[in-house]
Amino acid sequence: MSAAAIAGAARAQSGGLRRFASQEALLALAVIGLAVVVGFINPRFLATRNLSDLLLGNAYIAIAAIGMSMVIISGNIDISVGALIGVLATISGSLAVAGAPILVSWLVPLVLGVAVMAAQGAVVAYLRIPAIVVTLGMLSILKGGLISVTGGKWITDLPQNFHLADLSFLNVPMPVVIMVLATALAAVWMRYSASGRAIYATGGNAEAARLCGVNPQRTVVMVFALHGFFAGIATLVYATQLRVIQSTTPPGLELTVITASVVGGVSILGGVGTVVGSTLAAILIAEITSALVFINVSPYWTDALRGGLILATVIADILRRQRRAARGWSK
Amino acid sequence: MSAPPETDVAPGPAAPLLEVRDIEKTFPGVRALSGVSFEVRAGEVHALLGENGAGKSTLIKIISGVYEPDGGSILIGGRETRFTSPEDAKRAGVATIYQELLLFPELTVAENIFLGHAPRAGMGRIDWRAMRARAEALLASLEIDDLAANQVVGALSVGNRQRVEILRALSHDARILIMDEPTAALTESDVTRLFDIVRRLRARGVGIVYISHRLDEIFAIGDRVTVLRDGAYVGARNVADTNASELVQMMVGRRIDNLFPKTTVPIGAPVLEARDIVRHPMTKSVSLTVRAGEIVGLAGLVGSGRSELAQTLFGITPAESGEIRLMGEGVTIRSAEGARSKGIAYVPEDRGVQGLVRPMSVLHNFSLAALGALSRAGFIDRGAERRMAEEGVQRFRVKTSSVEEIAGRLSGGNQQKIVLGKWLANNPKLLILDEPTRGIDVGAKAEIHRLMSELAGAGVAILMISSELPEVLGMSDRVLVMREGRFVAEFDRAHATSETVGAAMMGEAASVERAA
Repeated sequence: MSAAAIAGAARAQSGGLRRFASQEALLALAVIGLAVVVGFINPRFLATRNLSDLLLGNAYIAIAAIGMSMVIISGNIDISVGALIGVLATISGSLAVAGAPILVSWLVPLVLGVAVMAAQGAVVAYLRIPAIVVTLGMLSILKGGLISVTGGKWITDLPQNFHLADLSFLNVPMPVVIMVLATALAAVWMRYSASGRAIYATGGNAEAARLCGVNPQRTVVMVFALHGFFAGIATLVYATQLRVIQSTTPPGLELTVITASVVGGVSILGGVGTVVGSTLAAILIAEITSALVFINVSPYWTDALRGGLILATVIADILRRQRRAARGWSK
Repeated sequence: MSAPPETDVAPGPAAPLLEVRDIEKTFPGVRALSGVSFEVRAGEVHALLGENGAGKSTLIKIISGVYEPDGGSILIGGRETRFTSPEDAKRAGVATIYQELLLFPELTVAENIFLGHAPRAGMGRIDWRAMRARAEALLASLEIDDLAANQVVGALSVGNRQRVEILRALSHDARILIMDEPTAALTESDVTRLFDIVRRLRARGVGIVYISHRLDEIFAIGDRVTVLRDGAYVGARNVADTNASELVQMMVGRRIDNLFPKTTVPIGAPVLEARDIVRHPMTKSVSLTVRAGEIVGLAGLVGSGRSELAQTLFGITPAESGEIRLMGEGVTIRSAEGARSKGIAYVPEDRGVQGLVRPMSVLHNFSLAALGALSRAGFIDRGAERRMAEEGVQRFRVKTSSVEEIAGRLSGGNQQKIVLGKWLANNPKLLILDEPTRGIDVGAKAEIHRLMSELAGAGVAILMISSELPEVLGMSDRVLVMREGRFVAEFDRAHATSETVGAAMMGEAASVERAA
């Protein structure tokens, strides 16, 4: 082995080590560790039924967090996604009840999700209006529009074959299959495709990206469109689990989704993060919520804990940055 | 770089109002100030002179309490002090008027002047009448008659707003007034009035730190001048005892040593031919030719329009009129993307803002400009990407633990090598470099110069903008001098000396000198 080869191997190893200590690894450890601890206190927590319900009921959050992570990595934010999922669920359910072909009631949310988000992305990118303002406006439009149009009427009598989420593949429930598949595909695409790289470059330094031939505006529109696509899939997984669709927007959903992204290691400043991290974080948050019930803590603590988790993650990130900066300083 | 202070200024009778000694300041990867000393006496205008990046801004930020120095001392009235915040400096009588005026456009002149220290009428209420009276007194003391205390600031001209800032400083009983490029945005008549106010303040015993790179202003208003270069103290002079060419020499440096290994290479056919390029407001009918293997240096003071020309040639701010030929063929360049695809590379001046994606790895930064070429069906060929980055790291001698390292953690010189390397991955025919070695250490500098020579040897045409005259003279086959958006002189390598190029750069200032 030549000296260069040894050096190369050492480099590869240090890269591996760093990856091992990454946010994703920490989250995976936390997910397993928490299950072990809570299972020790109350073994019923580990019942297959409970774990399966936990994943089933929260897969849509992880799926929505994939798109949210892309949006935040690109240097933007979206707070309209919760309202959008509510609207799309209502539309999808209404179509199914009205007798539209099931495939249509499944596909329309995807198409509309892409259209609404791409439009927002275009406003953000080309009119240079901050994403938080644009999506705040959309949040109100969707929320207000939904309640005005439906009058808050519930959608019942959904056809049997509407319930995509009830299907399973190799004994694994469909929502979990979709969550894993979507996360894996998005992760590979983010890491290895030129467009995925463009998202990181745009969020890291849009000006430098532009000089390198990346089109930051087109990238932002693309990111929002993809986010809309994942919101559409999240809607499917969410709506087809329900026997009754309530025609309202799930309260606080956008915040749960953003929490999953941030806790998953996506930097709120843009340019850094992975969708594997956000999916693991979504599972962790669901696990914490469920664990509270099993260790007899009031579920009202869920929000407070979730908030604590966000602050802890962001503070840890900032501290890491400061240590890095301090090292740079002494050099 | 810390030359011994070669001051030949006689010490004043009393202790200076403000004195800084041996100031040191380092930012990550950059040594901003080393061993800088400076003083201001009562009733003098002390000009601070130096090119961009010389350390003027860092020095005034230390004097005004924005930064704390890493070493050295600050003395106010002969007593050693420490400023931990701008408030401390304000209390010690130091007021700063920045280039970007910090006023509240919705408030009146009087309100802006007394914001934060308005006269009180008991129970915390503001004494509006007293405030107005004191504002009017301040206006009268400088004989400003076209400005009323109750006018809304948003409606005022830039010159009048600046006067409001000055009055605000005076309302704090400032004894030391720092003015950062105060004439940058002023019209001719406003400059005259500003000088009038500066003279009045000087007569009152205020010490004024006056920052500018316009030599004629320094001769018009300054008593003394201190020159900084690359964060180091170069020297101080009495304005009466110096002249423009000496100051330019001090600003841009005299060293022409073997740091710049420019090798002679055969010069080929024209790569870039630009005729009558116009782009308002900074580029006013410019024509130039750069040939294969040739390094053309673009000299000029800051604000002469060099960077703007580079950005126009690269399509960031496309030309409004004129003709550009690349390799003999007429082309239209409308965007950076277009310029890139035609074989032009541009390494911007501000690598932090424009060049590097700091949170990304070295690997990903290297490949960013070549993603199209490295991808098949939208996916990046990771083997080829890694080979490219590792080759680049080796060729440019980037000091990094691995290509996986986050680019933002490397030193400034290594970051610059990545920015340069990233562009060369595209094999450009024309390379535009804007301040390629600003703020990086001597070793990294020499390596970048070696690379430039190597590229020229391979037939790349290079247009280099630099504010460092030794670099321009050392590296260029031909030197073009820009002033006020036009080329004013051209020298071949044999005739380009610091005297000839320096004289062409200062232009106006030379006439001041002749008149003096």
